[in-house]
Amino acid sequence: MQLAVLGGFVLATFAPLLHRWFGDRAGQVMALLPGGLALWLLFQMPAILGGEVMVFEQAWVPGLDITLTFLLDGLSLLFALLISVIGVFVLVYASGYLEGHPDMARFHVVLVAFMMSMLGLVLADNMVAFFVFWELTSVTSYLLIGFNHTDPDARKSALQGLFVTAGGGLALMAALVMLGIMGDTWSFQELLGQGDALRGHDLYFPMLLCLLGGAFTKSAQFPFHFWLPNAMAAPTPVSAYLHSATMVKAGIYVLARLHPSLGGTESWVTLLSLFGAVTMFIGAFLALRHTGIKSLLAYSTVMALGTLTMLLGIGTDEALTAFVAFLLAHSLYKGALFMVAGILDHETGTKDISAMGGLGRLMPVTAVCAGVAALSLGGVLPLFGFVAKELMFESVLHAERLSLFVQLLSLAAAIMTLAAAAIVALRPFFGKQRDLPKTPHEGPPSMLVGPVVLAGLSLLFGLAPGLVNGLVGAAVTSVRGEALPVSLSLWHGVNLALVLSLVSLAVGLLIFRHWERWRGWLGKLDPLFARGPEAGYFWSMDMIVKVSSWQTRMLQNGYMRNYLVMTLLVLVGLTGYTLWSRHVLSLSFALDVRFHEAVVAGLMMSGAVVACVMRPRLAAVAAVGTMGFGIALTFVMFSAPDLGITQLLVETLTVILMILVLFRLPRFANLSTHLERVRDLVIATATGVLVTLLVLEVVDHRFFPSISDYMIANSQPEGHGHNIVNVILVDFRALDTLGEMFVLALAAIGVFAMLRFHADEYEARQPEREEPSDG
Amino acid sequence: MVRSGTLILSVAARLLMPLQLLFSIFLLLRGHDEPGGGFIAGLVAAGAFALYMFAYGTQATRDMLRVSPRDLIGLGLFLGVISAFPAWWHDQPFLTAQWWTVPLINFKFSTPLIFDIGVYLVVLGSVLTAVIALMDTGHANE
Repeated sequence: MQLAVLGGFVLATFAPLLHRWFGDRAGQVMALLPGGLALWLLFQMPAILGGEVMVFEQAWVPGLDITLTFLLDGLSLLFALLISVIGVFVLVYASGYLEGHPDMARFHVVLVAFMMSMLGLVLADNMVAFFVFWELTSVTSYLLIGFNHTDPDARKSALQGLFVTAGGGLALMAALVMLGIMGDTWSFQELLGQGDALRGHDLYFPMLLCLLGGAFTKSAQFPFHFWLPNAMAAPTPVSAYLHSATMVKAGIYVLARLHPSLGGTESWVTLLSLFGAVTMFIGAFLALRHTGIKSLLAYSTVMALGTLTMLLGIGTDEALTAFVAFLLAHSLYKGALFMVAGILDHETGTKDISAMGGLGRLMPVTAVCAGVAALSLGGVLPLFGFVAKELMFESVLHAERLSLFVQLLSLAAAIMTLAAAAIVALRPFFGKQRDLPKTPHEGPPSMLVGPVVLAGLSLLFGLAPGLVNGLVGAAVTSVRGEALPVSLSLWHGVNLALVLSLVSLAVGLLIFRHWERWRGWLGKLDPLFARGPEAGYFWSMDMIVKVSSWQTRMLQNGYMRNYLVMTLLVLVGLTGYTLWSRHVLSLSFALDVRFHEAVVAGLMMSGAVVACVMRPRLAAVAAVGTMGFGIALTFVMFSAPDLGITQLLVETLTVILMILVLFRLPRFANLSTHLERVRDLVIATATGVLVTLLVLEVVDHRFFPSISDYMIANSQPEGHGHNIVNVILVDFRALDTLGEMFVLALAAIGVFAMLRFHADEYEARQPEREEPSDG
Repeated sequence: MVRSGTLILSVAARLLMPLQLLFSIFLLLRGHDEPGGGFIAGLVAAGAFALYMFAYGTQATRDMLRVSPRDLIGLGLFLGVISAFPAWWHDQPFLTAQWWTVPLINFKFSTPLIFDIGVYLVVLGSVLTAVIALMDTGHANE
């Protein structure tokens, strides 16, 4: 299982190669991976539906209790199935949508990487691994949204999405750490049994707030909903994927995953119902303001996400069943609708619904798919969306907290969603034909297969909801924590929920008839929206830029001496304070010094003094070099030959680099005043004294047992090497070394970029400077 | 600017560089049992190229290297990362060292060796990137 997901990342890196081999068909070839995964998941389905929980254990960092264990239960099965099945169609669809696009390979790299991050997210049992995948989805979705990177709007939207979701990611990390402390485990599974202890814990409320911060930003809940419609700058296949089954459902997923351990408390129910209901209403309301087909669909996604959060908040058995059914229904119809939107955009050249009309005869397959999927969106008989909406009404009617509030908002949202569905289903395909940028015709088969299958499934599950009883039941079981048999049916008899459905149908159609006028009214509210949460986002972005440029001016002003002063002062201040307040200095100068040691030490000291007073730079460099070589000698004397060699080589290279730099510096000049020099002297002396005290102090004390004995004892038997230093570097502590390798590489790239940038700038300016002399 | 062009330096660089490179590989391979290892070996190799650069300039060094030093960094990081994975086949945590003995020559091949080669390449590539960038900028300013 882990291999399949990590193999997917490898496949992603090979996408450019596949493109060379298969050309535009590469997407179809790559679809084999999610396709295979989906098949495999289908084979596992009977066992999972039987109540089994499959665990695929894999150690990662056992020392920190971090594993890459994957968990397959009802909830993750449902999500993984949606991700891989819709993933197949998106890949196939994208090969039609982006046919001939020069950056198709790049698109596939990121899309497959995103797919795998999402799979890892829903499968991970360990919270740390979960968080890693969570952040990976943020990063890859950033690249996907900003795919058209030459478009400033796309870049801006992508960055906005990244800021909001990554900011929420920080909150989520805090929540997960608190959860780890509260439950003393990193495993979601082990948290399950501790529900009551967790809910009664002192940290519960702050943890919940952080958790919601993470989940709400990711899943675009009010007031963070604005990034989602803006993310429409992405190519349509991406929107279809991000908005149907993946990215935006991640926040919902984590709430559902933790529901059995955390749900049901007063704060949980109140917060989730409140934010969910408000988001649902706002999403549905704003959807009607827009004429762009993608924006309209995006706001209806916001509506759906709000509904899901609200249902999780209500948390009764009915609500959880409604939650899972709604999740499934939404993934199917929203995937189909976005693909239809892409076909319309692709074949007509416009995204504006009000410009389309009469396309039904020209694009019959698309029209049918759009109709079926939109009926499901509107929750009309006999689609699966209807089943889900009936359940939703049913559970809202029985809500215990805020009941009138959620009931009213649900009804209003349902009405407006129906109007939006009617707009999407009817507007482009009926009425009279209008002038369009392109001559419209039916989309290619690769683009039609996705909507046809997904819309078909919406219809099939609607007509025979019994087919998904098992899948929904298993997922409900995981969300609820205990088994609950589910039996879905299309017809619930005449009850209040049905009446509400009929009311929303009637009023929704009425709104659809008068959509133009309705939009006119809404247009008057524009000044209000200008002050919405998005304005808050821009304000905070502005503030961040202001604060950081202020602190950059203060701290990072580019003068080496200021950096040094700052660093040393902080060091002296913090370390000195700790040393002075926590320890009684007991200095014993009774050191056993040999003659040759004293000589080396003297050499180094004189080197330091000379380096300070020498005026010619070359001499100063040489003096500093003397110190370095003295340190190397010390290492050799205390039998650390590896360190000695390293120090020697580093010194040599430092001298080389310094000379290269020195050649380019202007002549030495004394720019600092007398006072500044005294200040520098004080700081330097303080640092020197402090470090000396520190060393003397450390020599005397031993705060914890040395680990060298372990290293010495195990170097040969475990690491197969006699050179302990190297065994530590490449074996025992290889992860640290790996990190340092990356740091080194970054530093080199930084140096390169800095110098190159200046050189290029110089070259670019060169002609300008020469012009006056020519004239 | 730094291109001295003195005969002694040029000849010495030409003779010393292969020796230094050989020595760096020697250090790299023996690193697990004796003083040495990827970091030190990488520094020695970087020193060798730096010497050559002082004698013949950056362009000649780049021509001789054929690959960009930045590609060396990438390759090194790649080796470092992939050496983490073989442990997986044996259901062990990432980065657990794996050892295989190559028959006939009785050479012990291992993931730490791959890792060490990665370190070597990263160190070599990073230092060369920095040095070449510095020297090129020097020329641009002349």
